[in-house]
Amino acid sequence: MSGFGNAFSSSIGKKFIMGATGIFLILFLIVHCGINALIFLNDGGLTFNIGAHFMATNWIIRAGEVVLMIGLLAHIFQALRLTLQNNKARPVKYAVNDGKANSKWYSRSMGLLGTLLLIFLIVHLSNFWVVSRFTGIPTVDANGHEDLYAVMKATFQNPLIVGLYVLSMISLCYHLLHGFASAFQTMGWNHSKYNGIIKGAGIWYSIIISILFAAMPIAFHFGFIQ
Amino acid sequence: MSDINSNIPEGELTSKWTKFKSSVALVNPSNKRSIEVIIVGSGLAGASAAATLAEMGYKVKCFCFQDSPRRAHSIAAQGGINAAKNYQNDGDSTYRLFYDTIKGGDYRSREANVHRLAEVSTNIIDQCVAQGVPLAREYGGLLDNRSFGGTQVQRTFYAAGQTGQQLLLGAYSALERQIGMGKVEMYTRHEMLEIVKIDGKARGIIARNLITGEIERHFGHAVVLGTGGYGNVFYLSTNAMGSNVTAAWKAHKQGAYFANPCYTQIHPTCIPVSGDHQSKLTLMSESLRNDGRIWVPKKKDDNRKASEIPEDERDYYLERRYPAFGNLVPRDVASRAAKERCDAGYGVGASKLAVYLDFKANTERYGKIEASKAGIHNPDKETCMRLGTAVVKEKYGNLFDMYAQITGENPYETPMRIYPAVHYTMGGLWVDYNLMTSVPGLYCTGEANFSDHGANRLGASALMQGLADGYFVLPYTIGAYLSKEISVKAIPTDHPAFVEAEERAKGILNTLINIKGTKTVDHFHKRLGHIMWEKCGMSRSEKGLREAIEDIRALRAEFWSNVRVPGTADELNTELEKAGRVADFIELGELMCIDALDRNESCGGHFREEYQTEEGEALRDDVNYAYVAAWEFKEGVNFELHKEELKFENIKVAQRSYK
Amino acid sequence: MSTGNMNLTLKVWRQKNNKTAGALVDYKLAEISPDMSFLEMFDVLNEQLINKGEEPVVFDHDCREGICGMCSMFINGRPHGPKDLVTTCQLHMRSFKDGDTIVVEPWRAAAFPVVKDLTVDRSAFDRVIAAGGFISVNTGNAQDANSLPIPKMQADAAFEAAACIGCGACVATCKNASAMLFVSAKISQLALLPQGQPERYRRVQSMVAQMDAEGFGNCTNTGACEAECPKGISLENIARMNRDFASAKFASEETV
Repeated sequence: MSGFGNAFSSSIGKKFIMGATGIFLILFLIVHCGINALIFLNDGGLTFNIGAHFMATNWIIRAGEVVLMIGLLAHIFQALRLTLQNNKARPVKYAVNDGKANSKWYSRSMGLLGTLLLIFLIVHLSNFWVVSRFTGIPTVDANGHEDLYAVMKATFQNPLIVGLYVLSMISLCYHLLHGFASAFQTMGWNHSKYNGIIKGAGIWYSIIISILFAAMPIAFHFGFIQ
Repeated sequence: MSDINSNIPEGELTSKWTKFKSSVALVNPSNKRSIEVIIVGSGLAGASAAATLAEMGYKVKCFCFQDSPRRAHSIAAQGGINAAKNYQNDGDSTYRLFYDTIKGGDYRSREANVHRLAEVSTNIIDQCVAQGVPLAREYGGLLDNRSFGGTQVQRTFYAAGQTGQQLLLGAYSALERQIGMGKVEMYTRHEMLEIVKIDGKARGIIARNLITGEIERHFGHAVVLGTGGYGNVFYLSTNAMGSNVTAAWKAHKQGAYFANPCYTQIHPTCIPVSGDHQSKLTLMSESLRNDGRIWVPKKKDDNRKASEIPEDERDYYLERRYPAFGNLVPRDVASRAAKERCDAGYGVGASKLAVYLDFKANTERYGKIEASKAGIHNPDKETCMRLGTAVVKEKYGNLFDMYAQITGENPYETPMRIYPAVHYTMGGLWVDYNLMTSVPGLYCTGEANFSDHGANRLGASALMQGLADGYFVLPYTIGAYLSKEISVKAIPTDHPAFVEAEERAKGILNTLINIKGTKTVDHFHKRLGHIMWEKCGMSRSEKGLREAIEDIRALRAEFWSNVRVPGTADELNTELEKAGRVADFIELGELMCIDALDRNESCGGHFREEYQTEEGEALRDDVNYAYVAAWEFKEGVNFELHKEELKFENIKVAQRSYK
Repeated sequence: MSTGNMNLTLKVWRQKNNKTAGALVDYKLAEISPDMSFLEMFDVLNEQLINKGEEPVVFDHDCREGICGMCSMFINGRPHGPKDLVTTCQLHMRSFKDGDTIVVEPWRAAAFPVVKDLTVDRSAFDRVIAAGGFISVNTGNAQDANSLPIPKMQADAAFEAAACIGCGACVATCKNASAMLFVSAKISQLALLPQGQPERYRRVQSMVAQMDAEGFGNCTNTGACEAECPKGISLENIARMNRDFASAKFASEETV
């Protein structure tokens, strides 16, 4: 057996992958949200487009994007595997199971929330990522940067898309509410002096990230930013 | 007067065991590999013996009726385990533990065995700590002790109120380690139904696989029974529902003498019976008597609430009668005193069969200490009670929760109601110094044997004895026998003795199934329990015992003609299991009464109304009854008495006094 | 008779053996006393069934004082019923109301196959312990118990982990039928004590490997196990096990 043995194929190893990729995605969301929040400067997207341009051209970021894609796929793939295995671990279901007595609904529904987020991601990536990387952004802004801001503005005129985004951010919020603290627990970072901080940080993080993201399509759609 | 040989080594009391260990024949490692030992029972005595024998190199098979060896009823022991460590520097010593145990047992145990027990007691604590048993510690990181009944030193080691659990899990993990290494074959959900004897020696067992109903034959060069006590003969006891006498009783029927069956320990601090539906009684650890004061109202039939009865109208009867030991008198003394008060009409609660165990005084005392630690001078009563309650919670929280759960009352606010209940049986299979029964090759350890506690066991000594037998005594003494068996090859289980034993076992099962009567097994068990409790319980009389023997014989006849056992013998059939056990309890019950009738004295857990002092204390008769009554089973449920004389060469026999 | 006045409808899982399918069967019970324990209520049911010539319900139970870990009923969707920190045997009928319908099922997990009715096979737990849930010290090898001082806080934490009774409620309630709480409690107990250090990293690897081999599910940190554990075993133990597992796999040189 190799030195690491069953480090990643064991139940705990698989969880490490979930936890580690989860933490990576949590960090990514901070960057993503931070840059996107530049739209709220309401400067016609000039600052935002600078950020977008940097993200699109910096080679470290581009390499990171590959890692991100791998991490995301690993998170999804591992989740599917775990779910299938977990289903097999209880072949006969309970006639009555009072889950709410002992756990949060969103903790028990991470698979469902994750699936909703996956559907969202497909729409989201085809809306922006495919456009900016492959089909190309049609216009440029006053600074001569590709005008991703304009693409956003156009996309969010469609009320269905706005609705989907807002609902998906609610899913994201609950997914994070469980996922944030859960990732720490999985990695074994549990300490009576810090548990409260981790839990609190997780709740604030989940709410702030989700509200900021949800505010973007709303702001465009209702013309709060131009 | 002895007509049986207890094989006690010659020499000074203090050097007997050391000399024995150094001179006992050994089995060399290559021979151990081909010697098979069967161990029935996986509690403290069984699991520790199975693990240790396997570590030594023997091939071991271990059997238990539960789904895992970890469930054995040793797990329910709460208070602690004694050891003569003298960590508290309060004058404890091997001799003192020996002395306290002999005295506590009312001078009805064997000096040599008890001294050996006291000697190895310290090794047990070392071994358990090394296994990772989390015994309670002080802030300095060293082990803590508490005091228990019948002693004036603090020698009891504990793990909150779960000492038995922690010690058993230690033995269980040692056992599982050997199972994992393939050195012990574990048979869970198996019940021993017969002993197989070949040429007079125990050579195996017949066991029933409780899941499939299959009857199996197992060979062993020797057989060890660590199958626990028989308190469930009373139906209601603090034993587990499955605790039974069947293995020991089958051995008895194959020639193993049954010793002192009448010695029954009635534990003073149990939660009282609440109704006819009751299936078992729950113990509140004796350790509570460290901090609780026991009382009843001074007025008869006082129906006021406990809190409404003023201090000067309370009778702290144990402190009154036994000023030296007070609430910490041994269990038999405390139980009889409670019964005496209740019989005289001073009992409390709806049933009037209960006394109060009150923590208020000590809670307040603890509160004062805590307050002064916190720099509060002259604290008010409320502060004291608040701070003291926290201390009590820390010490006994799980017991208080259990009490609240069962009774629906809050023991932090009102005193607990307690009443004595059957807890432990000092009697059991007769064994010699080597723990071998009167059947060569058949050993018996732990509560299942009779050896160390005399007529009454002191608190925190059962765990000590079980582990002493299993870890430190049997593994040596069994070598004396097995060293002579090395040339015996494993006997094939198609030997006629196995066939015959299997037929006996199957015959009983089929008979039980085919009676198809009208009454359930529990119905008979309850009736047996009622007879035993009323006539062979906390106090016994010649008249009552004679009646009981007649009643039990009639019950036995009725059982065998009218019990209803549904289902078949070749499936998981819990009623069939119970029926077999109750059948044996009925026979045992009769023997207990016969033994109690034979013993015309009062001692420890055997109180005969005819034999008491003017103050109502037990009156022993050392001239005529300083013997172990070892009963031999005779055809047709008859019993023949053999006597082993008890010689006290190192202790002056005296009337027990805790005044 | 000190019978009570509660009337109940029970829906109890009946299954002949592990080769046949089972189903919920309805039973009516009258005159149940609120002072009865849940298992005593089942005793009444069984007495009634036997008297009617039917087979009694088979269920595991032994000590009936909450410590042996044998009783194991899934009551109205919760292991050991509606009260926290109690086992089935310590649940009393005063926790229910007259006229209630109570659904009683066995623990359900692939690793805990049903043996009969409400009885399941939990020997997987024993095999996990046999894989490494011990300290390798043969009888007679021990040094004096007080030669190794252990800080009280650490000893208490080890004790809290060791309080696990191995009932399997954690597996029963976990949506993934994961045994992480049980396994981590034993790993934690021994990892917290100095005596457990020599085998610490070997132990966590062997026990986790055995746990996986038994077919338990994976932990998704819902916390249901901790909430339902009758002995209040903490989730911290799972974190400690994860940490030790990582150390064992990535930092220690011992591979099992």
